[in-house]
Amino acid sequence: MEMIQELRLKREFKKVFNIRVIRGFLSIVMFVVLWQLVVFIKVPYLENLPYPKDVAAGAADAAGSRTYWFGWGISLVRIFVGFIMAQLIGIPLGLAMGISRTFKDFTFPVFEMLRPIPPIAWIPLAILFWPTRELSIYFLVFIGAFFIIVINVIQGVSNISVSLKWAASSLGARPKHIFWRILVPGSLPSIITGMTVGMGVTWNVLIAAEMIAGQGGLGRMTWEAYTNNNIPFIVVGMVSIGVAGYLCSTLVRWLGEKAMPWKKRF
Amino acid sequence: MVTGAQNHQGEILIKDVTKIYDPEGVHVVAMKDCSFDIAAGEFAVIVGPSGCGKTTLLNAIAGFDTITSGEIYLDGELISSRDRQIKPDVERMVVFQNGALFPWKTVMENVIYGPVVQKRMKKREAVDAAREMLHQVGLNGIEDKYPEELSSGVQRRVEILRALINKPKVVMLDEPFRGLDAVAKTVMHEFLMDIFCESPRTMFFITHDLDEAIFLGSKVIIMTTRPAQVKKIVHVDLPWPREHHVLGSKIYLDLKREVLEAVHEEAKKAFEAGEREMA
Repeated sequence: MEMIQELRLKREFKKVFNIRVIRGFLSIVMFVVLWQLVVFIKVPYLENLPYPKDVAAGAADAAGSRTYWFGWGISLVRIFVGFIMAQLIGIPLGLAMGISRTFKDFTFPVFEMLRPIPPIAWIPLAILFWPTRELSIYFLVFIGAFFIIVINVIQGVSNISVSLKWAASSLGARPKHIFWRILVPGSLPSIITGMTVGMGVTWNVLIAAEMIAGQGGLGRMTWEAYTNNNIPFIVVGMVSIGVAGYLCSTLVRWLGEKAMPWKKRF
Repeated sequence: MVTGAQNHQGEILIKDVTKIYDPEGVHVVAMKDCSFDIAAGEFAVIVGPSGCGKTTLLNAIAGFDTITSGEIYLDGELISSRDRQIKPDVERMVVFQNGALFPWKTVMENVIYGPVVQKRMKKREAVDAAREMLHQVGLNGIEDKYPEELSSGVQRRVEILRALINKPKVVMLDEPFRGLDAVAKTVMHEFLMDIFCESPRTMFFITHDLDEAIFLGSKVIIMTTRPAQVKKIVHVDLPWPREHHVLGSKIYLDLKREVLEAVHEEAKKAFEAGEREMA
């Protein structure tokens, strides 16, 4: 028994500390060492770079300050308001365009005209158009996710095989059932793809918008660190934005797995 | 068996059916004045060159597509003509060429979909009925799996059960076993044979596999190359239930020669027509 237990422990140990994990860890260590070295020997053009330990100290400072966490909160609220609005409007619109030829004929040309405009190009108009800066940022985040989700939903609906719809109608499903139980779940994989991609874009848009127009938020904080010439804090801001974006994408992925149990099991 | 009392319904009458795709444009005549009938409870197998219009006919009977002229009757009721097209319903179940189980539903949810959505059974009852059906064909234990977790052979059987639980008058299968290996096919044939013998109902089975056609069919309807018409009807008077050793019997081999000759003639025509189109 003991031997088996020992073997099991060993296997668990190997699973956690296998060679690839060790290599991954080493790559991070090597990156930090290289960074230290670059600053230490004053490589031309990079002499302003802070030492890793300065950034670490900055991070520790930030972690203890309320304004820093407030920045997280402001950015996350902006992301979620804009992103959720984009889903609430974009998913039904995409479904309608995917289902009704007539509706698509009337809406798609305008949609396709606006879609290629990069979300950041909306910034001036958004600032002028919306009564508050906050609303214009919500709107910009919305734009970042909106076109992507709509185009994915349309794609998702059209990818559903006609035999699934036929099978459902033979089985006695009425149009309402076909919509809710065939078209919606059938386009779910594309909806999740659209949400994942859209979440990535919204962070791009948000940071640009905050730097230009925002009050507070991670993007603004990073920008202010620049105007104060606080380089360690610029890096802290950048890393924070990366982590925040990663967490949001993970959340969307997790939602996707929950919503599509049939995709996960194998 | 599970399909309950059977009522000898499901007579199909196909009368002078013509189907022209895109009459104003490319104008493809898929079927021209095609007529035949299938008696109630008969296992009809349709064979013919690829693209000859077999699926067109199936779609018309099922109510998925319209016809250009002619009439199709089910038990005396006109279900398809130029001016009338009865929508798909549970009397005419289809098992599709590429499989049409709902990937987001488990096996159980797929099988009970029909009775529940029609509000013909309470969910509880449907689950019991489905469980019994699965058990009878030896497919118990997969109720909570998703289709993509199953082999294609098992998927096909589940799809057939999903059709049968509705006790349709007609079951239409469009090359359902295409792409399965020979061993899996044998299993499928026995499965279908069992189901059919337990409770005969009208079958409309499209295939390219002549062995399959003769083994399963009470009659084999050979179609001409496009535009599809009936080339020949071969009645298969082999006793039921059939077992695979009949494939070696003399009567079987004679039938096969008869079918093969007819199919070969049409295949040649189809090939030549293809050559002409290329030239």
